[in-house]
This record gives sequence, C-alpha cells and structure tokens, in this order.
Amino acid sequence: MDLFHFPRWVNRIRLLLPPMFVMGGLYAVGLVNFGASPDSLVVGYAPKQPIPYSHRLHAGELGIDCRYCHQNVDKSAHASLPASATCMNCHTKIRSESPKLALLRETFAADQPIPWVKVHDLPDYVYFDHSAHVTKGIGCVECHGRVDQMEVVTVVKKLSMGWCLDCHRNPQPALRPVDQVTNMAWTPPEGGVDPALLRTVHPKTNCSTCHR
Amino acid sequence: MTDTAIKGVPAEDDPRHRVPLAKPGTTLTSITDIVAGIPERRATPKAWYVAFAIALTLLGTLGAMIAYLLFTGVGVWGNNNPVFWGWPIVNFVFWVGIGHAGTLISAILFLTRQNWRTGVNRFAEAMTIFAVACAAIFPGIHIGRVWLAFYLFPLPNQMQMWPNFRSPLLWDVFAVGTYATVSLLFWYMGMVPDLATLRDRSVHKVRRFAYGLLSLGWTGSGREWSRFEKAYLILAGLATPLVLSVHSVVSFDFAVSQLPGWHTTIFPPYFVAGAVFSGFAMVVSLMVPARQFFGLKDLITINHLEVMNKIILVTGTMVGYAYAMEFFIAWYSGNPYERFAFVNRAFGPYYWAYWTMVSCNVISPQIFWFKKARRSIPIMMVVAVFVNIGMWFERFVITVTSLSRDFLPSSWGYFRPTAIDMLTFAGSFGLFFTLFLLFCRFLPMVAMAEVRTMVPEGKPSHGHGHGGSHE
Repeated sequence: MDLFHFPRWVNRIRLLLPPMFVMGGLYAVGLVNFGASPDSLVVGYAPKQPIPYSHRLHAGELGIDCRYCHQNVDKSAHASLPASATCMNCHTKIRSESPKLALLRETFAADQPIPWVKVHDLPDYVYFDHSAHVTKGIGCVECHGRVDQMEVVTVVKKLSMGWCLDCHRNPQPALRPVDQVTNMAWTPPEGGVDPALLRTVHPKTNCSTCHR
Repeated sequence: MTDTAIKGVPAEDDPRHRVPLAKPGTTLTSITDIVAGIPERRATPKAWYVAFAIALTLLGTLGAMIAYLLFTGVGVWGNNNPVFWGWPIVNFVFWVGIGHAGTLISAILFLTRQNWRTGVNRFAEAMTIFAVACAAIFPGIHIGRVWLAFYLFPLPNQMQMWPNFRSPLLWDVFAVGTYATVSLLFWYMGMVPDLATLRDRSVHKVRRFAYGLLSLGWTGSGREWSRFEKAYLILAGLATPLVLSVHSVVSFDFAVSQLPGWHTTIFPPYFVAGAVFSGFAMVVSLMVPARQFFGLKDLITINHLEVMNKIILVTGTMVGYAYAMEFFIAWYSGNPYERFAFVNRAFGPYYWAYWTMVSCNVISPQIFWFKKARRSIPIMMVVAVFVNIGMWFERFVITVTSLSRDFLPSSWGYFRPTAIDMLTFAGSFGLFFTLFLLFCRFLPMVAMAEVRTMVPEGKPSHGHGHGGSHE
C-alpha cells in the first residue's frame, strides 16, 4: 500500500507521548509554582548600598533602637530613613575620619540625603501603613526578619499579597505586646500572648484596605 | 415510487415519500469527486484570492485596532459612564450566538435522526468554531488590561486571589470554553474519515503528509467505523446540553444583575432561541454563495435550505414572542422601573435600534410562511442578512438601552460608538472570513462519509442479493 499511513517508527513515539505530556505538565506547573514564586523573585534581594552601613553592628551589637533612625515608623505610613544629621549625632565624634563614611560627610555638608537603595519595596498600588501595624503590636521582625543580625539588609519574607493575607486572616501568631515591637529577639511567653491583645486588632481583607 | 400522485399535491410534497437528500442521480463516486475536488483543485480560483485579500485586510484592521487599544486604553471606545458595556459585549454575544447553529445541527439533529443535517453539518460546525473564536476576542480585550486576561481563569497565584465564583462572568468563561472545546473536537473527529479520503486521493507529497497527519492513520476498517460511530454518538450526547447551556449562561451575564430590562427570567430561553435563529441565518447567508461558487448544489439542495428557513421562521417567531412577553411582564409586574425600561426601549432615544431589531427579526422572517419564499435564493439571502443585522441590534438594544438609563436620572447618558468600535467589529468579520475561506479551500466542506449513506447505493439495504429490499 503506497497510501500514506503513519510509518512504523511512529509507534515508538506514540509510547513516548503520554510520559511527555505528564512531564511537560509537571514541568509547567513546577516552573510557574517555583520560578514565578516570590520565594524565587523577591526573597534574597540585597542591593549594594552607597555606604556599607551594618545593621548587625548598630542595631545588634550596639543595641540602638529601630526608632532612633526610623523615627516615623510609629507615626506615619512610612518608616522614614534618617537624615544624615542623625548619623552625624555620633559620627562627628566616632570614626569621624573613616573613609567608609566619606559619602556621609559629603552629603551632610551639602545638606543632601544619602541615596540609599530601597530594599523592601512594595508595588505602587499597595497602600501600606507602618504605624497601623507597629502601634498594634506587629513586631518589625515579622516582616523584616532579624535585621539586627544582617550585615547587608536582605529581604527574607515574600512580601506577596497572599503573604499579607495570611496574617490579615490570622494575626495571632504575629502579635506581641506593643512595648516589645522593636525587640528582635522577643519570643512569645508559654501559652501564647494575652488573648486581650487579639481583641485590639481588626485586620481587614477587603480589596480597598490595601488598594485605595 | 409507482403510487399514483395525489391530486393537487406536487410530487415533492407527497408525504408518502422522503424528499431525496441529494440530487437524484448522485452516486458515491460523484459525492467524493464533488467535495474532494474542491481542495484538490490545482489552480486556486481568482475570486477566492480576491475574497481572501479582503478578509485579510479586515483581519489586519482588527489587529491594528487591538494594538491601538492596547497602547492607548479603553477610552478609544465609546464606552462611557453609565454605559460600561458597549460594543465589545454586544459583539461578543452576537458572535457566540452565531455559533449555536453548529452544535444544534451536529448534536441535536443527529440524535433526532434528522438526516438532512449531513449535507450542512460540517459547514455549520466550522462556522461555529470560527464564530466562537471571534467571540472570544471581545471579553479578552474588554477587560482593559489584556495582559492580565489570565485573571479570568481560576489559577492559584501568590495573591491568593480568585475570580468571583458567584459571578456569571466566570460561568461564561467555563461555558464558552467548554463549548469551544467540544465543538472543535466534534468538528475534527467527524472530519477524520473525510481527511483520510483526501489523503488517499492526494498526489502531492506535502498534501499527502498533511492530510495523512490530520487523518490520524484512518484506514476505514469495520472496527474503526464502529468505534467512530460510538464516539460520535457520545460527543453528540455531550454537546446537546451545551446548545442550551452556553447562551443561557451568556444571558445570565445580564439576567443575574439587577438592572431593569436585564433582570428577567425569560432571558435564558429567549437568548437560546435568538442564538439558534442568528446561527441559522448565518449558515444560510454563507451557504448560499458557497454552494453556488463551489458547485455543491447537488449535495446541498434547495430542500436543505428550505428546512433551514423553516427553522429561521420558528426561532424568529419565538424571539418575537419573547419580545412581546417582556413587554407584557413589564406591564403586569406593576414595577414602574421595569415599565419605564421597556417603554424607553421602544420609544426612548434608542427607538431606531429597537424598531430595526423588530423589523429584521420578527417581521422579515414571516415571509417564510410562503413556500415560494422559502425556496427562493434571493429572498432567503435578504432575510438571512436582515436577521444577522437584527440580531446584532437585539444585543445592542439589550445592552445599551438598559445601561444608559441608570436608576438616577442624573447619571443618564447616551452611547455613541467611535470609529475604533466600528472598525474593530468589522475586523472581527475579517477573522471570521479568513478562517472560513481557508476552510473552504483546504478542508472537505461537506461530510462526504455521511452524505454517502444518504444516496440509494450507500444504504445498507442496497442490493447485494440478500433478498428483499427494505424500501
């Protein structure tokens, strides 16, 4: 028969088709699930900063409170970055000649801000308010991780919408007494936090809570 | 055949005899020669090139309009506040509706053993698929940010965000998606034996390879036929509820909302009747020129067209009944908003659209009460085109009149389409006709295998000397 039918070797390919479909499907699912996940795309971001500032040294070893520099964190939506004058409170006396701090002295003299690179950057269509979280007992560490142990600040949490919602739907594990908010090493007492604390928070999950 | 004629009844109307489905004298070989001869023609007819060039130009227009939309935003359309659903949704419902003739012919008429479907089913199914392809474009571009069209599907994502499962717009995605899939499978599976015929007859290597690949190694053995028939029956069973479900769900887009003029229980059956109506009108308006041009008159006879015209008459009258019933219920409900919505439809600022719709959809098909009109090619062409126009206007009337008169008179508005709206709609015809012309040129337009069973020598009872004939 010289009619075209599938040649015999097609039979072998035919056997390969089902596994190819299965593997291809798994590959696609895996690619999207892991490749496009915030775990791959967001976590681990640690840009180089203009001044090699160490949180481990200042917040960890020296024990400076977060709010000494990020002074609006409990008052406004933005945690705010310190003016170079804040740094110079100490650095006029300590390591005042360090070459690493040349940029600090320059910007201070020129009355200019230090061009820090933003690390935890939410999309512009997300409204996030630091004060609303901090004054209700959500510790800094919940979103930023152990900054007091970081030489270079690195993103450790997903910062994705689903991750926000996880906490908004069940805030209890992230709650702590308000006076412990900046304590990076705080652990909940035996038996968990005071249930009265839970009654003070009312996280919302409707769209306009964050997308205004 | 030897019976004496009944006095005053023409031979073709004699109920004791079935009307022959193919022109008398058609044989198994001539069916194959006629149908397979079209894709096998060496020289493509010039007229085909002309039509294809026009279709491609329109398709290009569609592409350009969509690109312009993407780079500029939905402000290029006439959609405004309060008419948020303008032409894109009108066009979507229009195209989805046209798709209904295909499944009705291929599934319901198959299950009810309406043998005349064999001549037209391939054609109607192809038209269905192309119409659904056109329809699918409009909700996609209507969402504004087209690159987020995947939000239409419930896919797990990092936002933990799902479409609203209570929204008929999501049901639409499933209804139209299922419909497109089943129609495509039905069309393709039914075509496999015919593709094998084309393969076996083809001389050119590339053609033989292409048709060979598409015909999936069909040999035509008894076992293959037995399985084919079973699979076809199963698919027909699956497709049958879809004829009713798809446009019911499309009607929910309107009926589930609480807008006067939309929030009515008559919508699902009314939409389905309208869809079948518009679908058959489209089949007639495409089939008449196609059978003329490609010489299919022996297989798609005037009897086929007459039957379809009867369906147009029936469904058109059903649609007319629905229009009347909407008015009756609006009055009977005593609801002043509902009453206003309908009075406004017929006598408000869009009266011209309403009366265009009524004259095209309700009045024009009434001429098919006359047998002469049902069998007249010019009349059926005019009516079919009128029906297509009327059904587009029906969707326009429903969508725009209700939206333009909001609950608060302060937010009333008037919808004016822009040139982009019109060119996009014209462009969707480009997509439709491009696909359609490719189908006419390269695929078997008539289901050869099925039509063969309709001529005397293709019947199982055809003399093999097994003793008495059954007919």
